Parts: sequence; structure tokens; C-alpha cells
Amino acid sequence: MPWTKIILDKSAALSKLTEGGLRAATYCEALCEAQAQLLETDDAVFLLGEGLDEPGGVFGSIAGLSERFGNRRVLDSPLAENGMTGIAVGAAMVGMRPIFIHMRMDFLPMCMDQIVNHAAKWNYMTGGRTNVPLVIRSIIGRGWGSAAQHSQGLHGFFAQVPGLKVVLPSTPYDAKGLLIAAVRDGNPVMFIEHRWLYANTGFVPAEMYEVPLGQGVVRRKGRDITVVALSHMVWAAIRAAEILATEGIDVEVIDPRTVRPLDAGLICESVARTGRLVIADVASPSGGCSAEIAACVAESEAVRTLKAPLRRVGFAETPTPCSPVLEAAFYPDHTHIADAVRACMQA
Amino acid sequence: MYAIAPATQLELFWMMLFIRRFEEKICEVYGAQDMKTPVHLCIGQEAIAAGVCAHLDRADHLTTTHRGHGHCLAKGMDPYRLYAEFYGRTEGCCHGKGGSMHPADPELGISGTSAIVGGGIPTAVGAALASFLRREKRVSVVFFGDGASEEGVFHESLNFAALKKLPVVFVCENNFYATGSPLSSRQPHPEIWRHAAGYGIPGLAADGNDVLAVYASAAGAVARARAGEGPTLLEYTTYRWKGHVGPDCDCARGVRPLAELEAWQERCPVAGFLKKLLEAGLVTQAQYDARLAEMDARLDADLAKAKAAPYPEPHALHADVYHQRS
Ligand SMILES: Cc1ncc(C[n+]2csc(CCOP(=O)(O)OP(=O)(O)O)c2C)c(N)n1
Ligand SMILES: [Mg+2]
Repeated sequence: MPWTKIILDKSAALSKLTEGGLRAATYCEALCEAQAQLLETDDAVFLLGEGLDEPGGVFGSIAGLSERFGNRRVLDSPLAENGMTGIAVGAAMVGMRPIFIHMRMDFLPMCMDQIVNHAAKWNYMTGGRTNVPLVIRSIIGRGWGSAAQHSQGLHGFFAQVPGLKVVLPSTPYDAKGLLIAAVRDGNPVMFIEHRWLYANTGFVPAEMYEVPLGQGVVRRKGRDITVVALSHMVWAAIRAAEILATEGIDVEVIDPRTVRPLDAGLICESVARTGRLVIADVASPSGGCSAEIAACVAESEAVRTLKAPLRRVGFAETPTPCSPVLEAAFYPDHTHIADAVRACMQA
Repeated sequence: MYAIAPATQLELFWMMLFIRRFEEKICEVYGAQDMKTPVHLCIGQEAIAAGVCAHLDRADHLTTTHRGHGHCLAKGMDPYRLYAEFYGRTEGCCHGKGGSMHPADPELGISGTSAIVGGGIPTAVGAALASFLRREKRVSVVFFGDGASEEGVFHESLNFAALKKLPVVFVCENNFYATGSPLSSRQPHPEIWRHAAGYGIPGLAADGNDVLAVYASAAGAVARARAGEGPTLLEYTTYRWKGHVGPDCDCARGVRPLAELEAWQERCPVAGFLKKLLEAGLVTQAQYDARLAEMDARLDADLAKAKAAPYPEPHALHADVYHQRS
């Protein structure tokens, strides 16, 4: 199925898609197209964020939208994250569908009050009378000494909060389909991208379509072990699986796509079959989404089938360092996933 | 008019030149792609750092931003420790953990730099609160951009500092842009100094490309803070010559009009002041050439030493996540 498949090599992906008569696009183009179509088809949608008027704004993911839709639909905002979040929430409460965009996820802690105490609560506090159809796009950065304040994966914070939905698209197909679903969902949705996915290529239909929130996907079928991977780590997991296949280890790769609500059924069903589990996240493991995934397996019958202790792969338990040497020690890649898988297989 | 001693004028000039050359060296080496840290250069804005910091003592607190190299140098930081930090080396001012955006030197009153816009403004007020509580004469100076004046913390910080008459000087470097967004698309009026009135503190604006104007206007604000009379908001208009980040100019990408940059380059704080000093006979061309050569030699040596300095061991990744209780 082209819409779930990840082909690591860009030119291989392109020729495979052309062969099948399928349209290829990058993650970045997919995001841009989704927003263009949302703006076209729904007058309630508008974009808000810092630097939206800049040429090549938001790493190209809104390219041309400001010129095309004008400054009533694409609003360049002052540097005022918490206030602007509240303003977006307020517009959403009376029926608009704002997409508030942040170049780095690290700026979201400034918006915490409006997201956590307000956006996530209105529907409940009003007994369902006022909902908040707000999407907050943000991007996890990485590399070139981005350091402690420009490369965090904070999805775990948000996944803790009832009332929020938290999405981490890993493919171009999902970037478009999840964004459209998020905007139409009617709830505050944290839409979390990864900078290192922007150039990745895959199948993206031209028309509008939705990928349902809360539904994971099996990226690769396998018998021996389940690897649950998030965001950029999905690609690392596929790479690890290809290497491990040559060693006779058949890896199943699951991409939850949404961490709140989490598709626990899909994960537990897979683990019940394979009896082994590795979780790979774009964040430090402790107290985050990988802990939640482990807990949902531990709470299910699947836990009885585990033949080895599960393992987690994630950032080091430190802030992100600047020095390239330390950066290399901080980030996991496919080799760490492969090592974790081998360790599980031997246990 | 406030008379500024010739020796002081020269010191101001040399500091501006030093900052300019420090930044230009980064431009020279950055293309080699081994200085792996996002650099936000202050070329074009040197007069503000030089003119304000000239009033500060070693013990005074200084808080800067992502665009902080010049402020750190003007406060007395060793260029070698900065270059080594940018190269991710152990001898860097943050042992390679922070990079260009987060320089620190607590011995010089630079306790840490945030790259979150506005993040340093309340911490500077906190340092001033500490001076107040300890009955110290230490002044806290905070530099921030025009963009930061849109953040809620700017207003919350002004309010509290004014309320408690804290010894803090708010220095807004208004370069008219936040990344590629012009001030006019972000704020309803262009005069940031006027926010002072809302909090009942003095506010004033001056030409941030004229180091003597900066020096003269900052004198009163620092003196006022030191005397326990409370905060002042200073706004200096200026212009950054390079792109928001990196050594290239962003005019080529259509972010800012080239004519605008060229007009500001006509008003170069360094060249403009040099011309005046030469005309006034405070410095000769030969003296200038000699001093420039001396500075370049020092910065080149620091840069080369930084590049050759050892990297941290990978296990240093795990050091300093927490302070160790002694
Ligand atoms: C809270 C926050 N929002 C956005 C950013 C991204 N960002 C970094 S610098 C910058 C512009 C800051 O403009 P200004 O305060 O005028 O300083 P300048 O860069 O002009 O010196 C922006 C938007 C950030 N680092 N922190
Ligand atoms: Mg600015």
C-alpha cells in the first residue's frame, strides 16, 4: 500500500512511485498543499505565526501562501507566543479554525498556560458547549549545534494533558492527511513535525484526504519483534529493519502517528504476536511517550507474551549539547535501534 | 553637551573595532563548515555594546540574547573562550555545551544567555532584585531586540522593576527586524522607548550607530540605577548588516531591500566614528593601522587556537545536567 510505505532512498522512492503512476511529494510540499487546500475550502481556516511573510517562510512549508491568500488568511504575528496562543484559542472558540505555526517546538513552553489551562479545558469546562478547533504546528529541530533551546522533543508534555490531541506525522502522506484531519477535528491538536523529515519523499495524492487521528499504522510487517517508532525514528526503524533482515531478524515496525489518543490496540496486538518490543522516540525516554507506550503494553495481555524485557531508544537524558562530538553522543540512530533489537532477540 | 574625554572616545572606538573584527573572522571561517553553531552576528550594531558596557564594572550583571557576541566582548570576555565555544571545544566558555547562542561568564556578571526571545529580560530583573535585596551597588543591564519588546515578559519585567525601583537598565537594540519581519508589521508604533511612560520610568531613544550618543545616554541610566533610583528604558536604533543567522546577507534572498542596507552601511558606526577621530586628530592613520593589525593578529591566533583545541570526550555529554552539591 503506497500510502503506508516508506522507501528510504529518495531516488528509489521516486522511480517506484512513477512506475506505479503515483504522485510524489516531499513532507514539506505535503504540508504546504494541505494548508493551501484547507485555506481554499474553508473560510474559517487561517494561518498565524512568526515570520509567515518571509520568503521561504517556515522552512518552505507555507511557500507562496501569504502571496496567494493575503494577509487576512496568513497572519504574520508579533513575538508574543502565549498571548498569540490565547488569541488563536479565542478565535477558535467562536468558530474559526486557526493553524498557529512555530518554527521550533522549543517555543511552545511559552504557550503552556493557554494550551494546557485553557485550550485543553474549554470543551470540558463548558460541558461541551464551546470547543476549540485549533491546530498548533511545531517542528522539532536537530543538528548544527542547535543546542538546548532549539531541538527539544516535548510531545510527552502535551500527551499528558486530557483534552489535547498530539500528532507526529512521519511521512509525506500522513503530513497532509493528518493535518487536514487535525484542522477538521474540532479539538486542540498539537501537530508535531520533525525538521529532518522535510525533504523526505513519498506518495501524496493531489486531492484532499484525511488520515484519522488516533490510528497507528504498520509500516513493515514482521514476525520476530515489534519496533514502535515515532516521527523521524520511524525512518531509522525501517533502516534498522532492513539491516536486521540480512541477519535473519524479521522486524515489524509500527508508527502510532498519534500519541494522544494512542492506538494501544495496534501496538499490543503486534507485541502479542512477536513477543518482543523496542520503542524508539525523538525525545529522552524518561516520563515521555515511550514510557506511555511501554505502560500500555504492560497493562495489556500482551505483557504475558514478552520473551525479553522491552527496550527503549531515545535522546540521552540530558539537554541537547552544542558541540558536534556531544551531539553525536546525544542522538540515537538506526544502529541504536538495531542494537536494541539484537539485545532483545538474545535475551 | 556631555563632554566625553578623548581617551574614552578612543576606548569606545577600539572596542567597536574589536567586535567588528571578531565577527568578521567568523564570516571568514564559517564556510569551512566546522564551526557548527548558528551564529547571529552583530555587525553594524557594535556602537550599542561598546557605548553601554563602557559604563559597567566587572561585577555588574549583563544579560544578552542570541545576538550577544558584541555584548560579551564589551563586558570583557576573552575572545578565545568564545571562539572555542563556537567550535564546540572543552575550553569554550560553556565547555562546548552552549555554542554561539548561550555564552556565559559568571565572573564577568554574565550568568547565562537565553536564545528564547525575551527570555533574558526577567532574569536580568532578577539579578537586579538580588542587588537590591543584598544592598549591593551592582547594576544589571539587559540587551534585547525590538522583537523581544513584543513579548509579555518584557512588560511584566518593566512593571516589576519600576515597582521596586530595581537597578536595571533595559537596552533595546531596535534593528527594525525580527528575523525577516519588519517592525511595522509587528508593532503599531515604532517607538519602543515610549513603553517606559506606561510604567512611570524614564525612557529615551538615541542613535544606536553613534557611539558617543549611546555612551552619553547610557551614562545617566546606569548612574540612576546605581544610585538606587530605579530602571530606565533605552532604545537605540540600528541595523544589522548580515542575515538573521549566519554570515550571508539576506538581501539577496529578498528578505530586506538592498537599498535599505546600503543606506545604513553609509552610516557605519565604526567607519563613521573613525573618520571623526582622524579629523579631530585623536588618532592617526598609522596608529589605526597598527592597532588593527594587532587586533587581527590576536583574533587570528585565538581562532587558530580554538580550532586546534580538544573536543570534549563523548561522556562529557552526561556531565552538568545537575549541579553537584558540595
Ligand atoms: C520565544 C521565541 N520565539 C521565536 C524565536 C525565534 N527567533 C529567534 S531570534 C528571533 C527574532 C528576534 O528579533 P529581535 O528581538 O528584534 O532580535 P534581533 O534578532 O533583531 O537581534 C526569532 C523570532 C525564539 N528564539 N524564541
Ligand atoms: Mg530586531
